[in-house]
Amino acid sequence: MINILLSGDRPRSMLLSALLLVILIALALAPFLFPGVRSLETAARICIFIVLVASYDLMLGYTGIVSFAHTMFFGLGAYGVALASTHMGRGFDALLVGSVLGALAAAVLAFAIGLFSLRVRAIFFAMITLAVASAVAVLVSQMSQITGGEDGLNYLTPRELTPAFRFGEAFGVKLNGRLLAYYLVFTACLALFLMLLRVVNSPFGRVLKAIRENDFRAEAIGYRVVAYRTMATCLSAAVAALAGSIFAIWLRYVGPDTTLSFSIMLDILLMVVIGGMGTMYGAVIGATIFVLAQNYLQTLMGTASEATSALPLIPELLSPDRWLLWLGVLFVLSVYFFPTGIVGRLRGVR
Amino acid sequence: MSDDILTLKGVYTDIAQYHILADLDLNVPRGGVTMLLGRNGVGKTTTLRTIMGLWAAKKGQITLDGTDLTALPTSDRARLGIGYVPEDMGIFTDLTVAENMILAAAGGGLDAKRMEWIFGAFPALRTFWTSEAGNLSGGQKQMLAIARAMAEERQLYLIDEPTKGLAPAIVSTMAGALRDLKKQGASILLVEQNFAVAKALGDTAAVMDDGRVIWTGEMAELANDADLQERLMGLSMETL
Repeated sequence: MINILLSGDRPRSMLLSALLLVILIALALAPFLFPGVRSLETAARICIFIVLVASYDLMLGYTGIVSFAHTMFFGLGAYGVALASTHMGRGFDALLVGSVLGALAAAVLAFAIGLFSLRVRAIFFAMITLAVASAVAVLVSQMSQITGGEDGLNYLTPRELTPAFRFGEAFGVKLNGRLLAYYLVFTACLALFLMLLRVVNSPFGRVLKAIRENDFRAEAIGYRVVAYRTMATCLSAAVAALAGSIFAIWLRYVGPDTTLSFSIMLDILLMVVIGGMGTMYGAVIGATIFVLAQNYLQTLMGTASEATSALPLIPELLSPDRWLLWLGVLFVLSVYFFPTGIVGRLRGVR
Repeated sequence: MSDDILTLKGVYTDIAQYHILADLDLNVPRGGVTMLLGRNGVGKTTTLRTIMGLWAAKKGQITLDGTDLTALPTSDRARLGIGYVPEDMGIFTDLTVAENMILAAAGGGLDAKRMEWIFGAFPALRTFWTSEAGNLSGGQKQMLAIARAMAEERQLYLIDEPTKGLAPAIVSTMAGALRDLKKQGASILLVEQNFAVAKALGDTAAVMDDGRVIWTGEMAELANDADLQERLMGLSMETL
């Protein structure tokens, strides 16, 4: 059963299996294990970023395509839900229509970029995606009548997904629409991740891995490299858009900073590299560590700074204001000690 | 239908500013092994790569069993039934032996009977079936490269120096496998520097010099005539 769910791609390391299991249980029971708005927010963000990073890994890790347009696809999905909810009114139909249209728009745009650009060398493709993503971000900021501009859009999601919808209490936790929204996020992300795992372990995924390693050779044994790369780009874009839709459903707000900014793109890159490229499970580890660090490193450093207040220099170094510096140090250390990513390293030691 | 499975007529191929193939004419007979011989740098590998479309022919025509390949992309040429084993083997080292083999089957499935034959020729592949191809030895990688071309029945096999740098025992395994393939009636265009292998396998030969074919005939005729070898290639094949 587990083998079928994981498409035969087991973690292949006891420690990795244990880590993944802990993350799965923690996310599945997050509302009960870590009650509170902030922890639920963090858990939902981890779920969404796992899918977003995994979809990027399909392109970068499995196909060898470097793209800087992934947040654009993420944003298309998010804006799809926002615009549908704004124009159709609150309701599950708006969420569905917005998600489907967002994913379709992302796939179509990825197809256009893919056809025009995948024949060129990798560096030019990366530059083209960067240009297109920047153009779309500017367009979204400028078209304020439709997109809300820099302020973004606030909209209503179905009442069943809001805190106002209450239906009791269990294990000391109030059962409300926010809890339902979290489980919608968790279930959708789990389903999307398992689907991606199925894709990379299918015959299609095998061809992608062959292309990543030697595209001329893949062509010489009969595979149309451009067609496969385009298909992978479209699929990756559609899944990123769906992650964006889930993000929009959870957040009930979209804006250029939260969905289209280049800093999110950098975060995705870091998560892929930290977790391990071309492994899928790397997305789980990378996203979890990175989002936790983003959300709790400051708090942790504040506590450490206070605890060491009697010592010279150290409290200054551990000041919460310097959290980005330490995040950078953590990244450098992880790349140094885990050049194949955490998953690659764990699989290596068995 | 002609007796030739592959025909190259007046083919020119340039790589950057260099003219590598110039007015190349070559016929590969249906069934049997055609040896493509010549000194280093005369264009043997470029000929195979041009047939596959990995280098574009600037001029000329390439036909496979009557089908004009000249304008077709590489993947379509492969799908028409050309199995190509490049000099660098071109296996996918991140994938397992099994995955490498499955990739080579157009339908995505391997024929059990054919696999038994391949395992008979290269027993090491059965042993390392689920191992990553990158962990194989050089000889085993070469076995995998040839086995991958043999995964399905092809119209034509293009094989570039399959015994290069291999230990004698593995050369013998490789030659045995190619002999088996030949017995099945396969058409093979083989670039080979090992004279013993060339002599044992070759039915016909084409000798290249300066980007064109300068002699064609029976392999036995060339193998038995040291003067001819000296004249065509500048040295006796016995010294290779």
